[in-house]
Amino acid sequence: MESTGVIIGFWALAGLTVGSAALVFVARNLLHAVLALVLSFMGMAGLFLTLSADFIAMAQILIYAGAISVLLVFAVMLTPLASRDNGNSLFALPGLAIGGAFALLLMFIAVDVDWPELRGAALAERAFDDTIAAIGRSLIDRYAFAFQLASALLLVALIGAIALVREDSER
Amino acid sequence: MSAALDPIRLRAKLAPRALAGGALALVVFAALNVAIAALVVSGALDDQWYDFRDLGLGVQQLREWLDGRTADQPGWLTDVLRSTTWLSYIVTALLGATGILSFVGGVLLVLIWVERRLIGRIQVRRGPNRVGPFGLLQPIADAIKLIQKETLIPVGADRFMFFLPPVLVFIPGLLVWAPIPWAPHMTYLDTNVGVLYLVAIGSLATLAIFMAGWSSNNHYALLGAMRTVAMMISYEIPLALSLLTVVVLTGTAQLSAIVEWQSVHNVWIGMLLPLTLFTFFFSSTAELNRTPNDIAEAESEIVAGFHTEYSGMKFGLFYAVELGNAVAVSALVAALFLGGWSLFGLQEWVPPYLVFAAKVGAVYFVLVWLRGTLPRFRLDQLMAFAWKYLIPLALVQLALVAVEAALLRRWEGEGVVAFGGFILVNGLFTVVAVRGWARFLGYAPEREPLLRPMLTTGVGGIEAADRMRTR
Repeated sequence: MESTGVIIGFWALAGLTVGSAALVFVARNLLHAVLALVLSFMGMAGLFLTLSADFIAMAQILIYAGAISVLLVFAVMLTPLASRDNGNSLFALPGLAIGGAFALLLMFIAVDVDWPELRGAALAERAFDDTIAAIGRSLIDRYAFAFQLASALLLVALIGAIALVREDSER
Repeated sequence: MSAALDPIRLRAKLAPRALAGGALALVVFAALNVAIAALVVSGALDDQWYDFRDLGLGVQQLREWLDGRTADQPGWLTDVLRSTTWLSYIVTALLGATGILSFVGGVLLVLIWVERRLIGRIQVRRGPNRVGPFGLLQPIADAIKLIQKETLIPVGADRFMFFLPPVLVFIPGLLVWAPIPWAPHMTYLDTNVGVLYLVAIGSLATLAIFMAGWSSNNHYALLGAMRTVAMMISYEIPLALSLLTVVVLTGTAQLSAIVEWQSVHNVWIGMLLPLTLFTFFFSSTAELNRTPNDIAEAESEIVAGFHTEYSGMKFGLFYAVELGNAVAVSALVAALFLGGWSLFGLQEWVPPYLVFAAKVGAVYFVLVWLRGTLPRFRLDQLMAFAWKYLIPLALVQLALVAVEAALLRRWEGEGVVAFGGFILVNGLFTVVAVRGWARFLGYAPEREPLLRPMLTTGVGGIEAADRMRTR
C-alpha cells in the first residue's frame, strides 16, 4: 500500500464492511438485516478491488450480492412470520460466545502465520495483470481435481433438488 | 382561447423570426464547414486529419498529454504532470462520466418519443403528436407532469425501503454503460473482466426490484416482485451461458478485445453463433421486463407489478431505467454479436462511435418492434422455456464452441474457410437442435395445427390497416 488513495479506500471500505456487518446483528427487521448483509458483501468486493483482484471482486458481487442475497430473500419470503420483530433471540449469548471464539481463532492465525510479503521490485517482478487468465489456467491445471469435484457436487445438488420437489405424475 | 395564444396567429407572428433563425443557423453551419475545409487544405492536420474526428484517439492523446508523455511540452510542465499521475485518471474519469450521463439522459429524452411513435405506427395509430413539432416535446411534458405529482406512500409500507428502490435501480442502469467500447481507445472501464462485470451488475437490480415490491405492502406488488425474482434468477443462467460462449470463442472477457477480435477476423459473432445471439437477446428481454417477457408488470393481470404503489417521479425513475436498460442491452448486443464499432473497413471512413450508435439504434428498433408485435408469455411458459429449452441448448452450443475454438487456435489455412465452416456447422446445429429439441419436448404441429390470426383476417387484415392509415 503506497498511494494515499488506496489507504483512504481501504479504511472507507473496511468501515462500510464492518459497520454493515454490525447492522446485520442490530437490525430488528429480518429484511433490513439482509440488505445490510448485501452492503457488507459490496464492501468486501471493494476491498478485493483495492488488492487488484478484479476477478475475485466481480465474483464476490455476482455470487454474494447477486445470488446469495436473492436466496436469502426467497427464504425470508417463503417463511411465515419472517418479517416479525426479530429483537429477542434465544441464542444471543451462545452465538456471541461462539462468534467471539471464532474471531479470536482467526485473529490468532492471521497474526501467527508468516505471510509472504513482497514490496517494491520483488512485487513488480511477480506481478501479472491478467488475473482472469491466471485463475483459469490454474483451475484446469493444478486444481483440476478440486474443480471437477466441486462441479460434480453442484450437479448432484441440482439433481437432488429437482428430485425432491418433483411431483409424482404416475399417481 | 385568447387572441395572443391562438396557434394560427402565433405561427404567423413567429414565422419571420423562425426564418431568420434558420438562416443564421445555415450561415453558422456553412462557416464551420469552410473553417474545417481550410484546416484540412492548409495541411495542419496532415497525418491526423482522420484522427481529428475520432474521439477515441483524442481521449488517448489527452491522457498521454496529462501523463507527461508527449514530446511538445515545456520541460517544467512535463515534470509537474509526471508527479501528478492521478490527474489523468481523474480528468478522464470525469470526462467519461459526463459523456455517459449526458448520453443516457439524451437517449432517455429522445427514445421515449421514438418508442411511442414507433409502437403507434405498428399498431395503426398515431402516437404522441401534440406537444411540440411531431410531438417531440412529449417526454419533457411527461417528465414535468411526473415531477409535479405527489409521491404517495401507502399505509403500512416500510418507509425507508420504499424510498430506496427507485434510486438503487438507477445505479446498475448507469454502471452497465461503463465497459461498453464506443471506439478504439474509447472505453470508460476497459477491464479484462468486462463480461463478468456485466453479469455482476445485471444481478444487482433484482434486489432493488424485490425491495420495491416487498415494501409496498401490496399483494400485486409482492406478486410482481416474486415473478421478477424468479424470472431473473432463471434467465441469468442462459444469459451467462451465452456470454461464456462468446468468451470461449474469442478467448478474452474484455469487451473491447471482443470487438477487436471481430474487427480483425472481419466476422460478426452473431453470424457464427446465431443460437447464442438468440439466447442472449431473449434472456435480456426477460431481464429487462419487456414484451414478450413482461410478466413482472403485466398490466392485465397484476396492475403494474412491483411498481404498483409508486407514483410521480418515483414511477418515472422506474420507467426511465427500464428504457435505459433496453438501450444498454442493445449496445451489448451490438458490441458482442454485431461487431461493435467495426463495419468491414468502413470504420476507417466513418467515425467508429457513429457506426456503433447506428448498430445500437438498429437493435433497439428490433426491441421496439417485438414490443409492438408480440403477446405476453405466461409465467409457467416462460420458466419452462428457460429451464427446459434455452439452458440445455446453450450448454450443447457451449461444448460445440469449445471444440471450434480449440480448432481455430490450431488453424493455419485461410480464415475465411474456417469461419465459413463454423457458420455452416453452427447454422446447421441451430436448425437441427431447435427443431429436434422442440419435437423431443412434445411440439407437434401436425397434431395441433397452429391457430390462424382470426381477428386480423376477420376485420380485413393488412389491407384494412392500410386503409385506416391513409384515411
